[in-house]
Amino acid sequence: MTKIGVITFPGSLDDRDAQRAIRLVGAEPVALWHGDHSLDGVDAVVLPGGFSYGDYLRAGAIASHAPIMTEVIEAAGRGVPVLGICNGFQMLSEARLLPGAHTRNAHQQFIRRDQKLRVENASTAWTNAFTAGDEIVIPLKNADGRFVADDAEIQRIEGNGQVVFRYVDVNPNGSMNDIAGVSNERGNVVGLMPHPEHATEPGFGPDMPDAMRSGTDGLRFFTSALAALLSA
Amino acid sequence: MTITTPAVPDTVANAAATPEKVQPYAALGLKEDEYLRIREILGRRPTSGELAMYSVMWSEHCSYKSSKPYLRQFGQKVSEKMKKNLMVGMGENAGVVDVGEGWAVTFKIESHNHPSFIEPFQGAATGVGGIVRDIISMGARPVAVMDALRFGDIDDPDTARVVHGVVSGISFYGNCLGLPNIGGETYFDSVYQANPLVNALAVGVLRHEDLHLANARGVGNKVVLFGARTGGDGIGGASILASDSFSAGGPTKRPAVQVGDPFAEKVLIECCLELFAKGLVEGIQDLGAAGISCATSELASNGDGGMFIDLEKVLLRDPTLTAEEILMSESQERMMAIVTPEKLEGFLAVVDKWDVETSVLGEVTDTGRLVINWRGEEIVNVEPRTVAVDGPVYDRPVAYPTWIDALQADTAARLPRSTDLRADLLTLLGSPNLSDKRWITNQYDKYVLGNTALSFPDDGGMVRVDEESGLGFAVATDANGRYCQLDPYRGAQLALAEAFRNVAATGATPVAVSDCLNFGSPENPEVMWQFSKAVEGLADGCLELEIPVTGGNVSFYNQTGDVPIHPTPVVAVLGVIDDVARRIPSGWQDEGNNIYLLGTTRDELDGSAWAGTLHDHLGGMPPIVDFGAELRLAGLLSAAAEQSLAASAHDLADGGLAQALAEAVLRFGIGARVWITELMQRDGVDATAALFSESTARMLVSVPREDDVRFQGLCEGRGYEFLRIGVTEDSGALEVQDQFTIPVEELRRVHTATMSDRFGAVVG
Repeated sequence: MTKIGVITFPGSLDDRDAQRAIRLVGAEPVALWHGDHSLDGVDAVVLPGGFSYGDYLRAGAIASHAPIMTEVIEAAGRGVPVLGICNGFQMLSEARLLPGAHTRNAHQQFIRRDQKLRVENASTAWTNAFTAGDEIVIPLKNADGRFVADDAEIQRIEGNGQVVFRYVDVNPNGSMNDIAGVSNERGNVVGLMPHPEHATEPGFGPDMPDAMRSGTDGLRFFTSALAALLSA
Repeated sequence: MTITTPAVPDTVANAAATPEKVQPYAALGLKEDEYLRIREILGRRPTSGELAMYSVMWSEHCSYKSSKPYLRQFGQKVSEKMKKNLMVGMGENAGVVDVGEGWAVTFKIESHNHPSFIEPFQGAATGVGGIVRDIISMGARPVAVMDALRFGDIDDPDTARVVHGVVSGISFYGNCLGLPNIGGETYFDSVYQANPLVNALAVGVLRHEDLHLANARGVGNKVVLFGARTGGDGIGGASILASDSFSAGGPTKRPAVQVGDPFAEKVLIECCLELFAKGLVEGIQDLGAAGISCATSELASNGDGGMFIDLEKVLLRDPTLTAEEILMSESQERMMAIVTPEKLEGFLAVVDKWDVETSVLGEVTDTGRLVINWRGEEIVNVEPRTVAVDGPVYDRPVAYPTWIDALQADTAARLPRSTDLRADLLTLLGSPNLSDKRWITNQYDKYVLGNTALSFPDDGGMVRVDEESGLGFAVATDANGRYCQLDPYRGAQLALAEAFRNVAATGATPVAVSDCLNFGSPENPEVMWQFSKAVEGLADGCLELEIPVTGGNVSFYNQTGDVPIHPTPVVAVLGVIDDVARRIPSGWQDEGNNIYLLGTTRDELDGSAWAGTLHDHLGGMPPIVDFGAELRLAGLLSAAAEQSLAASAHDLADGGLAQALAEAVLRFGIGARVWITELMQRDGVDATAALFSESTARMLVSVPREDDVRFQGLCEGRGYEFLRIGVTEDSGALEVQDQFTIPVEELRRVHTATMSDRFGAVVG
């Protein structure tokens, strides 16, 4: 069975949710600990959401220096699929595995909403089960979710197709170019602010036009990773 | 507040030798007779450390000295059924209820009112933190929070300060803690102007075998303090802030407000759960009000009775703290555990893994005394029960309010009834108390943990407990201070009935109650009368519904100057549902469903939102309570949920049928065509009463056409009044035939503008 690791940092909040999502697509979740120097031989890695170390320096900044990040950076270099969700995205940016950075939401408030996204790049390790242009609904919840980068970097990632998700209808935090998620050049490392693990189980996901709490668009992030690993 | 630091510590020996020393008991909140009683108990004057301990533990907030004689009713008015599933009742950190399949649920609601006025952000944040630690202390994993909030007049300039602070404090702490916020309520009323209410509720789940209690047993077992370091924050919070009224022009009391660190608490939760799972803890208690004074004396009182503590071992944030300050500090995110010597190593390994600072303070003894040393000298030597349990109890004077007969005589019957019911509905829908609260709830995480089956704006929050079976709980809070001002006995029962009905509307079966009783000063005999009546009403109501009160708290001194708040007994009801997949939402999701009104409508507008909002009137008698009907209605809904017959259910309360219709439309934007003529004829009421009366035991239920016959059969079989009053439509409007039509967009605009006009755009 494919093993996908979920790293728990002090202050991780959605680690068990990510593990559940991995179980739901038929893979085996493996709990990893920030202080270890081991990925336990997993095939892919998820850095979950939360407020690691209370986000006290900058969101994700302290966690990006955790012992296990040495192994995450090494694995990312080998092409292992790595997904950073919300705080995990912030960690990957801080670790320079992904472009850009995050600042306080433009409106200065924490926001939680069912967010519509457009899949811009359906060829990454975490999006190959989508078709480019797909519109999906994924819950979003953050205080420091405003994606920023300098002009050159924005041009570069837009040109390279590294913008993987864009906010549709509402830009909830003032992110540049409505960017909700990005990848590295190789496409094995993806980070996004919204939480796919919260849209994986009917009855507990976002409201959809046909029924309340029925959204499961997040499942395809994880089936994508399984497909990427099979074809690798 | 300043505490004089003696050059040499005030030892027990010194206290015995210097009986004449003048002590600052009044500055610490103790009355003279209380101070004399302490001297009598000890047979000498207390040391300054003992005085600090007694002063906080004998405060109103910790000792319940004015309320205790009344609260006993909750333990006396009980039936066998009420005891059946109660694993832990009142008196522990939180009540625990058996919900089946080997699971238990623990929940409690508690006030953090005064700190939230002085420093709204930290006050509200630490209110969440405190109640969550109560839940952890029971051995449970916290899984949900909600808040009952009362603010002053929405247009008062100071209200925005309090609203922004309180909401962002709850958002900050709860979100960082990773707990879904699943409901609650928010009211604005000028009676809460300088005394907002912030009542925080938390729910936890545990397996039966994981239950832990706060007691120190086993001579030689270690007393361990772990979590955040002890600092100078919150000193005297319980005795000074929570047990006294604010007076205009007095000194600000900000240093008595604690400062919260949700990250430290999140780590503490995970650390505690790992300690429990590995069986490394014998007894556990959180540190809240009265800090180390409370934890040591309560643990010792509930256990073998003796304990030795070396206070110098306490890890400090500020090394200049005196022994008295360390005893009284209310620094957050701390826990105290009782650990056997054999398991200490394992315990320390777990706390080390989570980077939680820990110190072994002392051990359980068989002396029957709580002895505390400071720098090698004995500064406390007391019988712990005298501190924690046998505090003073007051039989406060009670007086029937001089104004209440006139208030009750001034009914809403004299108020003119308009012919423009459309305008009435919109005015009510946009009134502060009935307006959309997404400005608040969009700042809360409802998703984390992945088990939230229902949350705001549904009638109750619902959370899955068991991922295999779908077993879950529902919880709702309610209190209508206006009703309680008119009649505290009936008002408290109305709060209970509505919370009960809200839980029933989700399809869950109500099983237990927690309450947070917010009142004015107990030294005011009229307030004591209100309190006595509210408690009596609640206890009688719980007996009729046969659901036990499992805990809660009392918050007195909610007043500014001499003006008390409206009595506000916030009632939280917990329910159980076999499978959350059968939950019932509050709004219409599909067109073409039949809309039923369950129950009978009487002309009951006294104390209503209609009277308050449209006529600025408060008088008369609040609606009649019929617990028999509430029980039958809950049974009906539970059966409808089990057979999946109800597409939605929404309780009728503030604003009556009109508000319920508008909310059901706004939930998912599905319109409706409604007729009320038949209802008016059947119940003998006019259109105003049909739309705005707040009669109880009523619910709005939508039923798919294919289930119509079965649903009607269910109502007939159970003998409950039902009437088809409409049908859902994809018309983009709410039409009440022969009365008015309002587009959904207009409803939405009016509903959402109220909060955003005052506090900023609704984000999201």
